[in-house]
Amino acid sequence: MSTPAADLHTRRTFLKAGGCALIAYSSAPRFLMRTARAAEASGKVLVAVFQRGAVDGLSMVMPHGDPGYAAARPSIGLKPPKPGESERAIDLDGFFALHPSLAPLGPLWESRALAVVHACGSPDTTRSHFDAQDYMESGTPGIKSTPDGWLARAIRTRSKRASPFRAVAMGPALPRTLQGDVGAISMQSIERFDVRAGDPSARQSFEALYEQGVRDVLYGTGRETFEAVKMLRSANAARIAPAHGAEYPRGPFGEAMRQIAQLVKADVGLEVAFADMQGWDTHVGQGAERGQLALRLREFGGALAAFARDLGDKMADVVVITMSEFGRTVAENGNRGTDHGHATAMLVLGGGVRGGRAYGRWPGLAPDRLFEGRDLAVTTDFRSLFTEVATRHLAVAASPLFPGFTAAPASLGLFA
Amino acid sequence: MRSRTLALLALITLAGCSGAAGGGVASAPPVMTGAAPNGASLAADREIVRALNRLTYGARPGDLERVRSIGLSAWVERQLRPQTIDDSATEQVLAELTTLRMPIADLLREYPRPDPRLREMLSSGTMTRAEMQERYPAEKRPGRIAADLQAAKVVRAVTSERQLEEIMVDFWFNHFNVFANKGDVRWYVSAYEREAIRPYALGKFPDLVRATARHPAMLFYLDNWVSARADYVIPAGPNRGRKTGLNENYARELMELHTLGVDGGYTQQDVTEVARAFTGWTIDRPRVEGRFLFRPSMHDQGEKVVVGHRIAAGGGQDDGERVIDVLTQHPSTARFVATKLVRRFVSDTPPPQLVDRVAAAYAASGGDIPAMLRIIFASPEFRGGDASLTKIKKPFEFVTSAVRALGGRVDAQGGLALARASAEIGEPLYLAQPPTGYADRAEVWVSSGALLARMNFALALASGQYPHVTVDLAPLVAGSDPRSPADVLDRLLAAIVGDQVGPTTRAVLAAKLTDPQITRLSRDDRGPASTDVAKLAALVIGSPEFQRR
Repeated sequence: MSTPAADLHTRRTFLKAGGCALIAYSSAPRFLMRTARAAEASGKVLVAVFQRGAVDGLSMVMPHGDPGYAAARPSIGLKPPKPGESERAIDLDGFFALHPSLAPLGPLWESRALAVVHACGSPDTTRSHFDAQDYMESGTPGIKSTPDGWLARAIRTRSKRASPFRAVAMGPALPRTLQGDVGAISMQSIERFDVRAGDPSARQSFEALYEQGVRDVLYGTGRETFEAVKMLRSANAARIAPAHGAEYPRGPFGEAMRQIAQLVKADVGLEVAFADMQGWDTHVGQGAERGQLALRLREFGGALAAFARDLGDKMADVVVITMSEFGRTVAENGNRGTDHGHATAMLVLGGGVRGGRAYGRWPGLAPDRLFEGRDLAVTTDFRSLFTEVATRHLAVAASPLFPGFTAAPASLGLFA
Repeated sequence: MRSRTLALLALITLAGCSGAAGGGVASAPPVMTGAAPNGASLAADREIVRALNRLTYGARPGDLERVRSIGLSAWVERQLRPQTIDDSATEQVLAELTTLRMPIADLLREYPRPDPRLREMLSSGTMTRAEMQERYPAEKRPGRIAADLQAAKVVRAVTSERQLEEIMVDFWFNHFNVFANKGDVRWYVSAYEREAIRPYALGKFPDLVRATARHPAMLFYLDNWVSARADYVIPAGPNRGRKTGLNENYARELMELHTLGVDGGYTQQDVTEVARAFTGWTIDRPRVEGRFLFRPSMHDQGEKVVVGHRIAAGGGQDDGERVIDVLTQHPSTARFVATKLVRRFVSDTPPPQLVDRVAAAYAASGGDIPAMLRIIFASPEFRGGDASLTKIKKPFEFVTSAVRALGGRVDAQGGLALARASAEIGEPLYLAQPPTGYADRAEVWVSSGALLARMNFALALASGQYPHVTVDLAPLVAGSDPRSPADVLDRLLAAIVGDQVGPTTRAVLAAKLTDPQITRLSRDDRGPASTDVAKLAALVIGSPEFQRR
């Protein structure tokens, strides 16, 4: 059972001892136990997190058991984990280790809420950020003309009971993955999601202006917006404070995760949420235990850990997956950075996930095992991972998610 | 803020009263609406409105009449030659934004990065935030440079007579995007627009590629300044003795985003070859001088082969120039640039025949931008009825067109406030982080949060809540009877959206006229005493029609 005090204590001990105290902490949080009972898919929420700019999966989840890692990265390689020493990578299973900035995620790994899928990526070989993001969001590698995103397709196959909040993206624009006529909405903040005028006449008038027009992207969005505004007002979501002592890191990503948690707790019918984080394109001066990448990972891991803590028991119904368009070169480049690569690592966190394990086949970092002689090879097609999460967690059918792709519904075995 | 609204209302009401007291004196004729509704002139007016919608940041009161009087094609030709248009009024407003004209070396000296000791003192608590603010005020920080540039962009879009030039500066900056918050780009970004984009915005496309390729802002943003031949050892400075090598970031984006397009027919091998060609294109003392420098010792002297063209060994700095020649003469580049231009001016789904004709103009003219634009503006696809209101205004276009439609004026501070409004709606200026810049498609800009932000902006703007933005509603409804809400509405619609207002919008707004929040009754309740023009104007600005151009 995880009371706030116990969690706090665990986290402090963990930080103080630099990871070795983790072994002692193995009692599973209550949300994991509840999951077994919550077999039905109603009330389930999937949170998709996009690390835009191609995160270096090799330093996010470091393969310290592969000698190729240290060899390829003389100046930006992480030092292997060493119990008792602070600021070291955190060993997961004797082969992989978390970047030290991801220390807040350590307890979630130990409690088996967090899983890693490594060497995951796209079958398409493009090294263009734009195209690779497009393919990962549309779910159709190599095909640009796909009109909708895979998360939108996942939503569409679910029940007709449509809350205006069933699909929400945090941010100013609707991401490609939620485009496609499912009424997904985007918001920069819950507080500002309303027509702000002294009297209601302005809101009523705007609502009327968008109510009757032809069915197109503008009018459609307008109608959905006002439905959502009304619902959010009555749910009072903006007033819900973080629980269990959760502290979100400052910055847009922490803020986005905090607000997604508010929507989950406000019970407004959220099914899919999306947030993204920028700043992973570390061509120059990537850093190792400290530096550019370490700072981004601190916000990233801190926000995910705060989210899990904030939701507490409700996390039983929530799965978070992280993704990035591709990974980065195995070898560091001439500027102590890394260039565009191929496979990367993705995280899966939450209720029903068989965590505390790394999934996927490790292709190896020996020169002859690398993709095109330079990059981590892809051994898990991202569509296999996404299919498994969507079918098992959201209970949607696999067939329409990724046209032209047939994945075994549980090829990885991520879910119990 | 509230009192401002009320004051405005009082003013309008007063104006109405004095008109009535004058014993039904004929009021000033409306200036906005086209007077003669015969078929030919109506069609001609419609073409002018369309051109104003697409070639400017939106029509101001009186623009239609001005263009009508000089003739549409003469007006377009003038816009294509901005240096012939007097723009001293805009320059006057920009005068106080001193960083706009400063060379990079001066900016580096005058707006230094914060002293790390100050930061330490702040975080350790030995200095308060207020003391920090005093010792290191915001207007002396490097952030001032981008802020001035943002303010200037708004002022120019709202005020400048050289509207098409401003549209094209925005378009090309976005095409050759740099992110103002990446490292030293902070000090380079205003010079980048001034030196690498603006002079060529209506010039030749290959000149844009050349100017951006060697500008410190681009060299820094896409990392080419640190790209060197394999095994290059840094000879001096803090990183002395360190081995560096190739960085392919710029090479890739040069082909993918600036010239050939992602499907333009290049390979990973071409990326590496282009990166090798540009080794040595670097920045001279980035934090002191910030100037382009070719450093021969960093350059890979070997032979390169770029999309099938052999560049002989030993070319030095010319290697990069040769690559630019090859890429800008490539048919894929003509197509790629033509497609983007047609998307900007005609439709999210560029008609292929028009793209073909524009690409042919690129090939025939060596990438002459006015030559391509003339083809677009004269095309049936641009002039035809189908092209009307097909494009969603991006946030910056929405904000500036709203100010222009309401006859607004801004000073530099107002410009910065409106730049923040654009950011709130989803387009922070000069702050697109990825090298793609902002997308030019409706789906990207139409979303719930953004739509609400647009409506809120309309309300705040029309009710005068932007302190340094003066909107002038009175002339929009000049001559209307304030006691006749329907009359006020007709004039507003005509002034702001012209004949492009749909029947639904008109009907909805007409129905709202009986709302006591919009129409105030006279004391004896015998009829309307005044109409809340600001609120009506906000509703029109927030209407579906005004989101398009």
